[in-house]
Amino acid sequence: MNKKIALSMRGITKRFGSVLANNNVNLDVYQGEVLAILGENGCGKTTLMNMIAGIYFPDEGKIYKEDKEVVIRSPKDAFDLKIGMIHQHFKLVDLFTAAENIVLGVEEGKKYNLKNVNNRVREIADKYGFHIDPEKKIYDMSVSEKQTVEIIKVLYRGADILILDEPTAVLTPQEIDRLFEVLRRMKEDGKSIIIITHKLHEVLAVSDRVAILRKGEHVATVDTRDATESSLTEMMVGKKVELNIDRSEPVNPAPRIEIQHLSLKNAEGIDVLKDVSFIANSGEILGIAGIAGSGQKELLEAITGLQPTSTGDIIFTNPKKDKPVSFFHKSLARVKFLAKQGAFHDEFGNEVSFNGLGAKAIRRLVNNGKVLFKEDEVMNLRHKTPLQIRQLGIHLSFVPEDRLGMGLVGSMGITDNMMLRSYRKGASGFLNRRKPKQLAESIIHELEVSTPGVNTPVRKLSGGNVQKVLVGREIAFTPKVLMAAYPVRGLDINSSYTIYHLLNKQKEKGVAVIFVGEDLDVLLALCDRILVINSGEITGIVDARRATKEEIGLMMTQTKDASKEGNS
Amino acid sequence: MNDQKATSLREPLFHLTKRASISSAVAWLIRLAAVIIGLAVSGLIAFLLIEKLRLNPKEGIAKFYRCFYEGIWTEGKPFWENRSIWKFLKDTAMLLCIALAVTPAFKMKFWNTGAEGQTLMGILGAITVAVWLVPQARNASMSVPYWTLQLLMFGAAVLASTVWALIPAIFKAVWNTNETLFTLMMNYVAMNLVNMMLFIWRPKDFTLPSMNFDKLSFQFENLKSFVNNYLVIVLAVLALTFILFIYLKYTKHGYEISVVGESVRTAQYSGISVKKVIIRTMIVSGILCGVAGFLFASGLNKTIKPDDVGGNGFTAILVSWLAKFNPFGMIVTSALITVLNLGSAEISSDFDVSSAFPNVLVGIILFFVIGCEFFINYKIVFRKRSNRVKGASIK
Repeated sequence: MNKKIALSMRGITKRFGSVLANNNVNLDVYQGEVLAILGENGCGKTTLMNMIAGIYFPDEGKIYKEDKEVVIRSPKDAFDLKIGMIHQHFKLVDLFTAAENIVLGVEEGKKYNLKNVNNRVREIADKYGFHIDPEKKIYDMSVSEKQTVEIIKVLYRGADILILDEPTAVLTPQEIDRLFEVLRRMKEDGKSIIIITHKLHEVLAVSDRVAILRKGEHVATVDTRDATESSLTEMMVGKKVELNIDRSEPVNPAPRIEIQHLSLKNAEGIDVLKDVSFIANSGEILGIAGIAGSGQKELLEAITGLQPTSTGDIIFTNPKKDKPVSFFHKSLARVKFLAKQGAFHDEFGNEVSFNGLGAKAIRRLVNNGKVLFKEDEVMNLRHKTPLQIRQLGIHLSFVPEDRLGMGLVGSMGITDNMMLRSYRKGASGFLNRRKPKQLAESIIHELEVSTPGVNTPVRKLSGGNVQKVLVGREIAFTPKVLMAAYPVRGLDINSSYTIYHLLNKQKEKGVAVIFVGEDLDVLLALCDRILVINSGEITGIVDARRATKEEIGLMMTQTKDASKEGNS
Repeated sequence: MNDQKATSLREPLFHLTKRASISSAVAWLIRLAAVIIGLAVSGLIAFLLIEKLRLNPKEGIAKFYRCFYEGIWTEGKPFWENRSIWKFLKDTAMLLCIALAVTPAFKMKFWNTGAEGQTLMGILGAITVAVWLVPQARNASMSVPYWTLQLLMFGAAVLASTVWALIPAIFKAVWNTNETLFTLMMNYVAMNLVNMMLFIWRPKDFTLPSMNFDKLSFQFENLKSFVNNYLVIVLAVLALTFILFIYLKYTKHGYEISVVGESVRTAQYSGISVKKVIIRTMIVSGILCGVAGFLFASGLNKTIKPDDVGGNGFTAILVSWLAKFNPFGMIVTSALITVLNLGSAEISSDFDVSSAFPNVLVGIILFFVIGCEFFINYKIVFRKRSNRVKGASIK
């Protein structure tokens, strides 16, 4: 290749405390190419790019721009060198228009003239094929429009090296295609584009070369046309990985939780869920797809009792039919009451009413296991708090999106986190740490959690290990329903597959699993059915074995009415 | 467009990086260094400000630092008769007691700045009972038994403090008011309430009273009377320290406090009623403030003034925070602050300077003690002399 080098790094090393984020990285970027930086979460991709963008300063090493050594001490230095970075979390002023955001912080020495800015923004947009209205306010924009503003902001400042940090994470398949089209045009214009990602098919679709990072080290740079998904994974992980998810056929699926016409408003009074109805079956994984913030979080929190709902019902069916009655969750009075309602029968199908029997006789009959339930127990969980739901004997497990801010207590060790749901047990005012400690040890052992000890604060563990602790605890609760919101976000490939495997095992045990995901490929490979949600409305429920990514992507952005028309 | 002129070729002189972990030995060394630097700087300030010291620098400086020692130990007296050391122990214990009181709420991230007022209300409660019962016992031949009186005073102290702590807690739990301002304002209400009661109780000749009640203190045989009271206080506070440690670490209540303090969302997730925990924890705080108030009222002052707590309610926050909310660590931090207080008071009397001067000294030293936490969390990396990169080359 006789292209000119735009930027090169030599011997870049960066440490955070004892963590070696980047170790002696040498990397070249050519003009007019798309370079993908590929690596698992926590391998130092973003750290490396942040050093070019002036956010971090390298501990060792040098950076050369077009063969000239440069020192980048701040984002301003980076801009002066025509390097621009589009961060994963947008840095825009909501109340400003696109053009106002773009011009913010640019010193041109000329008088500020918004009209000129608007025209120049339109020029740039036309040149590369963006769709943007420079006078639109940020708060009116979709995620993909905001991203466009960020990219134009960088181009406006004359950047010829663009770094995009996981740009596709928040986009639908259609939006991703559009973004890639724009990137190709910029490349043809001679710009160097660096795209950070961990999604293999995107790397293959858009890049010219791939640089692979593993545990802070630059493993290799290969030409994309010579690479395959499995060869790239092998380099990323360091060993061969099986990329298949076993999906078994659901066994005897029966409605476990039924949501009927559920609506709720958030604290600001905005409708977050609008008339949502669906059924989650036992022995099945129900996937929920949608753009981030479409109401997925609120839906799960409403089911667990964390979010007050305005209308609708949450009907939970406790499978009881032909199972022995026990005193475990019921008092004698409750058993007598249920018998009067005609809830029980004996092994021959005759109704049991305990007429004329004393307490002792009833106890003996029940303890023998001869008294069986006639029907499943059906309960409405609407307006119940998490504690009330638990006191009803219903085991709902929930792996929330915010692991350390909601699912776990970051400053506590694994043992203390195990108690979070069970510490109330027993009449004593003192804590009993014996069983939680056993549970902690068995989870560490079975899920291969790497931690210095059961009392190390979970905040200090890596993302994958934190998630194993959380999922491990929720599964140990023997759930009837297991809800998981983005359970593999930020996890490396091996940990992700561990989690998929755990969810699949719960499904085989007859648990109703609800899985909120962002990676459509994973949703299609793991789930049995996929529910698509868009701004609080269900736009479709599809069979995951037959649906395509494009179909789901379309439903993610479509309104309910449009999808109805499309279907009819 | 801009050229590369703006970018200099030099690396910045230093940059900050976060420490991943720090051994506790190094951390304590940094803290010790902070105390020493603080003492040195306060010596320098004293040298610049105090004329007496400048006249005879060598002796003056030596005397200046000796004061911290003399503040807590009178030369030539045995331990059991040494008033200075017992005053030190008593002051430490009282400060520690209030620090214990603020700790549960602080662990829950409920920023209670009202320990001053809560303790004062405890004193007021105890004194109110004494005002009612002691004169009656003298005049009418009816006598109130000693332990009954103590018990009633104790109960009244705890009740008054708890009510004072409970009011902001309920407002926070139900209407989510800002507890920092609320508890702070409650301090001034308490002080003026005391002023009002003093006015109501004034004797006929209209001088403000310095009330004295007999038979209110505890008795140990064979001990000097001041040691007697102080020993009871020290032992009582030590017992409380131990109890609070157990409460926070080994009970379900303590666990709930930790969870709420870490994240309200996690607490809701696990089914903890955050309102209930806030209210219950402030009751615990109130009870501990009540104990402090009772010790002030019955064990020490046997009277009441609006400034009886003397800022200990605020200093207690510092004690608790410096010890990272560990009750046993608070023994060390409260002792440190008491040494500084007594030592600088000694300096102000020895060198005959303004009574505000001790506050200046304590402020300077605490500035370093608190500031050093930054260097425990971060370290400074200086530019290396030779920044040569191994194997780096560019064609």
